Amino acid sequence: MDVRSNEFKARAAANLGDAKLQKGLGLIKVKAVVNRASAVAEFGDFETLREAGKQIRNRALADLDLYLERFEREATARGAVVHWAENAAEACRIVVDIARQNGAKTVAKSKSMVSEEVGLNDALIEAGIEPIETDLGEYILQINDAEPPSHIVMPVIHKTAEDVADLFHEKHGTPRKTDPAALTREAREILRPKFLSADMGVSGANFLIAETGSTLIVTNEGNGRLCTTLPRLHVAITGIEKVVPTLEDVSTLLRLLPRSATGQAITNYVSLHTGPKHIDESDGPQQFHIVLVDNGRSKLLAGEMREMLRCIRCGACMNHCPVYQAVGGHAWGWVYPGPMGNILTPSYVGLEHAVQLPNAATLCNQCGVVCPVKIPLPDLMRKLREEQMARGLKPWPERLGLALWGWAAQRPALYALGTRIAARVMKWLGGGEKLIHRLPLAAGWTDGRDFPAPAGKTFRELYREKRK
Amino acid sequence: MRVALFVTCLADLMRPGVAFAALRLLEHGGCTVEVPQTQTCCGQPAYNSGDRATAIALARKVLDEFDGFDYVVAPSGSCGGMVRAHYPELFRDDPALLARIEALAARTYELTDFLVNVLRLDSVPGNFSGTVTYHDSCSGLRELNVKAQPRTLLGKLPGVKLAEMNEAETCCGFGGTFSLKFGEVSTQLADNKCGNACATGADAIVGGDLGCLLNIEGRLRRRGDLKTQVLHIAEVLAGRSD
Repeated sequence: MDVRSNEFKARAAANLGDAKLQKGLGLIKVKAVVNRASAVAEFGDFETLREAGKQIRNRALADLDLYLERFEREATARGAVVHWAENAAEACRIVVDIARQNGAKTVAKSKSMVSEEVGLNDALIEAGIEPIETDLGEYILQINDAEPPSHIVMPVIHKTAEDVADLFHEKHGTPRKTDPAALTREAREILRPKFLSADMGVSGANFLIAETGSTLIVTNEGNGRLCTTLPRLHVAITGIEKVVPTLEDVSTLLRLLPRSATGQAITNYVSLHTGPKHIDESDGPQQFHIVLVDNGRSKLLAGEMREMLRCIRCGACMNHCPVYQAVGGHAWGWVYPGPMGNILTPSYVGLEHAVQLPNAATLCNQCGVVCPVKIPLPDLMRKLREEQMARGLKPWPERLGLALWGWAAQRPALYALGTRIAARVMKWLGGGEKLIHRLPLAAGWTDGRDFPAPAGKTFRELYREKRK
Repeated sequence: MRVALFVTCLADLMRPGVAFAALRLLEHGGCTVEVPQTQTCCGQPAYNSGDRATAIALARKVLDEFDGFDYVVAPSGSCGGMVRAHYPELFRDDPALLARIEALAARTYELTDFLVNVLRLDSVPGNFSGTVTYHDSCSGLRELNVKAQPRTLLGKLPGVKLAEMNEAETCCGFGGTFSLKFGEVSTQLADNKCGNACATGADAIVGGDLGCLLNIEGRLRRRGDLKTQVLHIAEVLAGRSD
């Protein structure tokens, strides 16, 4: 997927003025924020559960190599084939090779963000293999000229039912209908035969369980189950950080994930895949391949962004982010939007390709307090800002301003003089209304807001006058 | 009890009345208040901009200026949070200073937190009369757990009626330099905040951080509302003194 993260500012501004998008985004607060809050309240001691989730993920990451090897051993012993992909290109090549070796021409896909990350659909199409997205949201995006998702859990949250009505009418050539149930039925009628005829199914994996060599997915639509059981080949593709030691661990994480993502106590389907179809089983794929993707993850493990690898991809950080709520996920310009995107994008594609993202946050920490595995997202953003400073990736006016201010703030007499002048100038600029409508060098503020003018003298001046 | 007032750079420059109000409240609570005269800024703008060296230099300056007091009190959850929650991280590799920094952090309070949980004030000198709505600033709320304290204190003013707004805990969009760098987004968030606050019909929007208040007031005035007051909690509790 192309990286367009350095266009964040322009895209965010455009999205603010997009009335249809704003209508769609309004649903996030209703659907995700309110639902999570009631699920958490109903659960009771969610804080203890978050701490447990954090510890489980930390334990997995502390011995990631051992758990991955254990996973590979157990999965292989149960008949699965484990593949290791160092980067996106390798991941795509592995999946394309599996398809080619088995003469697969069509692929039914259930939702997978890692497949978005590595650009799997493009690679399949290039190899003459047809991928079909079967998650309703992802399907809508695919037939809309392969539009990227704007959310990791609710990929079409930026679209209204009206948008989908137009799209289905145009692409399916059917009479236009706006009832969501009817639209879903229409998509189902088109997708069912594709499930039945697909040569290969591709899924992601929310977790990898080391002790049993199983992959696990949580879904609500049931398409995941069809993709992973009907076709003769099943390929699960996911990141290496998704491994957890035991089934017991995964049961704890399963109490956190749906509640944090959609406010559900549990998703409609939780599917565990352990090996291909066994000789005495009646259904399941003949071959089960698991593609474990690094693509920058092991580099994170050794650095300051390590805590980000705890992420279980629930999307709570973006749902609760005021910036995400205002501008929508496409502004982030790559696979992962919102606070997680502010960290993952620069980490995986390079800070120079995503310089605005670590700064595109007020550091309000709403994301940090809802994260089910307690990732200190604002602290990580701040560390990326430090890296940006160290690597000279900040615009020079900002660096100059910061340097001048920092230099003065360490010199009290000079600082006092500077603030006295500033207080007087701003008072004068504010005039009778005591409001500044335009401030040089601060158009970012004054384009949409006035600046309340100060009283004309600093506190320290007035304090000294009073003491005399 | 010797208390040092951390004026905050915003109150010093933009609204001295806030610092005078804080001073009055602390003295009302029986504190001997001193104002170290060389103080400038806690260093948060540098810290949040990735300029760790300047943040450390300013933190050391604050340490030298505020080391000898029983308590340090700031009329801001943002500056208070910087000292309490973030200073120790800045000195994690400097064990010699870390102990002193941690002691300073433990003695540093946001104003309303200090008035309620240390001084346990039973009265406040203000005489504000009207309906107010309270905006919970992010740092105070999520770094220092400031939520009930300002409401408890407002409850001591007989003329004040509190009308809670929707999404009181949602960021107003200020975010320091974010408000300049991402002006459109910041303005939108401020606009959301103004909408929620005004829907309560309050006479005044009250908060504990000047950054948020300047942002909210700036947007409110640009929207054409010249009537709703935007006040710091210290001003309401102390009675305005500018």
